[in-house]
Amino acid sequence: MPEAYPAQRLQQEVNLFKSKTKLLQLTVTLTACAFLLIPTLMSVLAGITVNYFKGVSSGLTFKWVLNVWELYADSIFLSLWLAIACLIVTLIIGLPAAYGLARHPGWLSRLLEEFISLPLAVPGLALALALLQLYGTLSGFRTSWTFILVGHVLYTLPFMVRSILAVLAAMDLKTLEEGAASLGASPWQRFRDIVVPNAMPGILAGALTVVTLSIGEFNLTWMLHTPYLKTLPVGLADSYASMRLEIASAYTLVFFVLIVPLLMAMQWASARAQRIAQ
Amino acid sequence: MTNRTFVLTCLTPLLIFSLAFLAFPLIRLFLASVEGDNGWAVYLDIIRKPRYINTLVLTVLVSLATTFAALAVSTTAGMFLVRNKFRGRNTLLSILTLPLAFPGVVIGFLIILLGGRQGLVNQITPGHVVFAYSVLGLFLGYLYFSIPRVLLTVMAAAEKLDPALEEAARTLGANPFRVVIDVILPGLMPSLIASGAIAFATAMGAFGTAFTLATNIDVIPMVIYTEFTLSANIAMASALSIVLGVVTWILLLIARSLSGTTVAAGG
Repeated sequence: MPEAYPAQRLQQEVNLFKSKTKLLQLTVTLTACAFLLIPTLMSVLAGITVNYFKGVSSGLTFKWVLNVWELYADSIFLSLWLAIACLIVTLIIGLPAAYGLARHPGWLSRLLEEFISLPLAVPGLALALALLQLYGTLSGFRTSWTFILVGHVLYTLPFMVRSILAVLAAMDLKTLEEGAASLGASPWQRFRDIVVPNAMPGILAGALTVVTLSIGEFNLTWMLHTPYLKTLPVGLADSYASMRLEIASAYTLVFFVLIVPLLMAMQWASARAQRIAQ
Repeated sequence: MTNRTFVLTCLTPLLIFSLAFLAFPLIRLFLASVEGDNGWAVYLDIIRKPRYINTLVLTVLVSLATTFAALAVSTTAGMFLVRNKFRGRNTLLSILTLPLAFPGVVIGFLIILLGGRQGLVNQITPGHVVFAYSVLGLFLGYLYFSIPRVLLTVMAAAEKLDPALEEAARTLGANPFRVVIDVILPGLMPSLIASGAIAFATAMGAFGTAFTLATNIDVIPMVIYTEFTLSANIAMASALSIVLGVVTWILLLIARSLSGTTVAAGG
C-alpha cells in the first residue's frame, strides 16, 4: 500500500476528533494503554530510584540492580540454563514429532496433538500436583533441576510442535519427498535435507516461544522448585514477599530487560512463520 | 529402514515423554482425588461444603467480570486500531501487547504498585485507598493479563470484517450504536466467544496473580495450593485440580473450534 499523503493523513487525524464515537474509542484505547503502561514504568523507575517513598527527587541509582545481582544471580543463570535445556529437549522431541504428525494426518494424529496440548489448557498448578504425586517420592529426581525441566518441557512442547506443524502442513511435503526418494534419498536424508530446511521458519518461531515461556514460567515451577533451585520468576515472587520495594522493582526491571526483546523477536518470527504457512 | 518405521520412530520420543510425564501423572492425580477418606464423595464436598462452594462462586464471578471487562475494552480498542491509521498507532499496539510475556506474579506486583500501601493511587488521592489485596485488585490483575490476549484475537477477526457492510448500514440510516449491534458484533461473534472463553479459563486457573494478591481471598487456585501445602488434604487438592482442569480444557476446546488460535493460558 502506498504511503498516504501527509495532508490526507492529517485530515484523517483531525477527523478522529470530530466524531464522538471515535473520541470515545480513542479514550478507551488510551485508558487501556495507561493501565498497562503506568505500573510497568513505575516498576522500572522504582528499581533505579534511591528511595521510592521519597520519590525520584532522592536521586537515581544502580545500587538496587547491583543488589539484585548479588542476591539473585544464581536464579537468573538457572532460568537461562533451563530455557536452553528446554529448547534442546523440545527440539529433539518436537521436530521429529511434528514431521511424523504432518506425514500421517488422521484421527490418531489429531488425538495425539490434542493430548499433548493439554498443558495449554490445564492450569500449571494442576499439572505440577500430578507430577509431584507420581514422582515426588523419587528424591534424586525430585530435588534435581531436571524435575523443573520436565515441567517446562511439558508446558512449552505443544508450542514447538504446533509451530513446526503449521509450516509443514502448508507445503507439499509428499511430492517433495517422493521426488527426493526417486533420486535415491533415504528417509533420514530426506528428513535432514528437505524437511528441516523447509521447516526452519516454524522452528525459529517455536524456539523463541519456548525460550520466552520457559524464562517466564511460574505456576509449575513454584510447585516443583526446591529452596536450592530458584528460577527467576520464583525469585521474583520471593522478593515481592520479603524484600523492600526498590529491590523487588529492580529485579522486575532485570526480568523486563531479558523478556521484552525475546517477546519482540518471538512476535516477529511467529508473524513470519504464519505468512509462510498461509 | 522403511518409510513407515521411520515416521513411527519420529513419533516415539513424543509418545514416551507424554505417557511418562502427562498421561501417568494425570491418572495418578485422578486416583489421588478418590483415594482420600471420603472416596468419591470428595467431589460432592466441593458443592456441599461452604468453604469450597463459596470459593467456586467467587472464582466464577471474578472470572466472569474479567471476561466481560476485557471483551469490552479490547473490542473497542481493537476495532479502533484496525479501522484508523494515525501516527503513534503502532506504539499503542506495542503497549497493549507488551504484557503478553509477563508472568502472573509480575502482574500481581504491578497491581501492588498501583493499589498497594505505597501505590500510586494511595499517593495521589486523599485518604487511605488500598485495593491491591481486595477482590478489585485481583480483578484488575486478571484484566491486565487478559487485555492483550483478547485484543490480538479480536483484531485478527476485525481485519477480516468488510468495512463496506458498515458503510451500507450507515447509508441506510443506522446510527453508530445500531451499526455496532447489528453489523460489527455479529461479525466478530466467533472471535468474541473464543477470546472470552480464553479469558475466562485463564482467570479461573490464574495462580501467579492470585499468589501475590489473594493473600486474604479464597479463589480456586489458592485453595488448591493451601489444601496441598498447608492442610495436606491431598484428595481435595487433587479433586479441585481435576475439576478446574476439565473446565478450562473444555472452554479452550470451544475457543479453538471457533477461532483456531493458540493462546497460552496460565498466569
